[in-house]
Amino acid sequence: MTGPVSQESGELKIDDSLVPECEGPGAPDYSPVSVERPDSWNRPALIQPSGDGELLEVAMGPHHPSTHGVFRMDVALDGERVIRLRPVFGYLHRNHEKIAEGVSYLASMPYTDRLDYICPITNNWAYALAVEKLTGQEVPERAEYLRVILGELTRFQNHASSIGFLIQEMGASGTPLMYAFREREKILDLFEKLTGARMMVNYMRFGGCRVDASPAWLDQTRKVVAGLPEFVDEFERLLATNEILMARTQGVGVLKADLAVNAGVTGPMLRASGVNYDIRKVDGYGIYNRFNFRVPLGDHGDVYDRFMIRLLEMRESIAILEQALKDIPGGPVMDPKAKLRGFRPKPGEAYGRIEAPKGELGFYLISDGGPNPYRYRIRPPSLINLTVLEDMCLGHDVADVVLIFGSVDIVLGEVDR
Amino acid sequence: MKTVEEIKAAIEAAVPGAGVEIVVNPSVSGQHSLRLATSHAVEVARFLRDDAELALDFLSNVTGIDWPDKEITEKVKVTRQVSKTVEGVEKTVDEIVEETRKRLEPGCLEAVYHLYSVAEMHGPVIFRMRTVDRTDNVELPSLTPVWRSAEFQEREVFDLYGIIFTGHPDLRRLLMWAAFKDHPMRKDYREPDDFEYEPTAHDEVLKRAQEHQAAIAPQETGAGQ
Repeated sequence: MTGPVSQESGELKIDDSLVPECEGPGAPDYSPVSVERPDSWNRPALIQPSGDGELLEVAMGPHHPSTHGVFRMDVALDGERVIRLRPVFGYLHRNHEKIAEGVSYLASMPYTDRLDYICPITNNWAYALAVEKLTGQEVPERAEYLRVILGELTRFQNHASSIGFLIQEMGASGTPLMYAFREREKILDLFEKLTGARMMVNYMRFGGCRVDASPAWLDQTRKVVAGLPEFVDEFERLLATNEILMARTQGVGVLKADLAVNAGVTGPMLRASGVNYDIRKVDGYGIYNRFNFRVPLGDHGDVYDRFMIRLLEMRESIAILEQALKDIPGGPVMDPKAKLRGFRPKPGEAYGRIEAPKGELGFYLISDGGPNPYRYRIRPPSLINLTVLEDMCLGHDVADVVLIFGSVDIVLGEVDR
Repeated sequence: MKTVEEIKAAIEAAVPGAGVEIVVNPSVSGQHSLRLATSHAVEVARFLRDDAELALDFLSNVTGIDWPDKEITEKVKVTRQVSKTVEGVEKTVDEIVEETRKRLEPGCLEAVYHLYSVAEMHGPVIFRMRTVDRTDNVELPSLTPVWRSAEFQEREVFDLYGIIFTGHPDLRRLLMWAAFKDHPMRKDYREPDDFEYEPTAHDEVLKRAQEHQAAIAPQETGAGQ
């Protein structure tokens, strides 16, 4: 949908017959190119049109390969320059939260796989953690180790493929993405062997994990992990000092630390802006305080830093994996007292959160004593990280918008829920 | 990290008349919360963010909750005066009778905010606000001017629960389309009759299908003539 905009009034002419009738605060706002804003608080100064040409409104998406799914950005352009950007959500909305209110606690576990479908394990983990907080269940040590091992494998493959997609969108068609997917396949094979599914794993339970890992699986995992440093070295050699990549990403999409904290940005994006906040360190959930690892921090908060932070976090994930695979003890993987059927937590509420590969993934649960949750809320890192998308994109070219958006690293299954 | 009681005392010292109540969480998670009066909510939020010791600069999560009207049935013991004939003499005697009474507890909509501190690395501090009722007075003050991370989340709560956040810079529906009328996360939400063909309809789906067919049948016969 593109259309001419009158330069004098800054308004877009729209055919009235296409506009649905509605009033009040929920009414659609069809003035995307208007340079006025209801409240300019804490937002970047808007860029004034140069005045030497027509403004153009372009809907990027929802069916655009660079949007990682179905997501729309309504951008107002002055030539190639973005002067206004408005994200439009909801194309993949199925009201997961409402569905979860109608089924038992356990029945939502497989559904969490479908949130951020690149990282199903960490979704399972966040949900299991919130329920364990609500009921006070203990998790056996071997299960905690398995959670860490699978969680870090998930983080590794998420970061690898997210870098691969970013470079793909930059125009390096195929090669880096295929390098990343080669490693991802090895990790998905491990998931398949352990859980029976490559992506929709449905692995965790309240108070442990569904199945135990065999010694053969652990040996295979050790072999795969032993090969990962070589891949990261290769990836870094291939990309980190590439002249075109540096020219396209350095100084693009800068996010300042104070705005990042205020806007609730989490994960690699927050740390790329130089804020030392990793929930694995802060909360020490699971058994993360037993492992030695560093938190890489960025300096500039641009797209290059976000790319580099993910690369460095992959190395830290390997360090955690090596320690966990060395120390993993024997024993059960489920709390013997854990109840799967007739599971009714006492009335109350709990908020549990983990450091998912994309940021802080939290589950907020309210129990009224029944078998179904009274309220089931997901705090989606992908959606909240997009709050600052406009701030980062203003003043850049359309081609940079694709890169900046790619560097946020979102999955629409989680944005729209 | 301060306890809920200490935070309550600090808020009341900084913002006089803030009207803070502690909401005890009976679950083992021990995450107690504070209920704020809507009149001073923005000042309290600013205090929580800017106070050097609390420094709650990171608003993690904003949630809506629907508490529908509840009909409470309770048994009350009432003393009544009954005239009785005792030993041939008519007397008025007090008698205790059990009565079943029903009363309607009005519902409300609630917004819950989870705060953490990035600077001090502590949290969560949870606070909540309630609307007056579920139908006409559903306004709450928006905290987007204090924490930008509430921007999309408050839009989502508005979309799915119908809480109107006054002072929000851009309050539009987030997930549902703009012409959508209802608020789907409310407990009494009824899905519209947008029946889709299902080859093996059964139970509820079959019932809905039959109702749907019965509703459209007269129109179809009318169109055929």
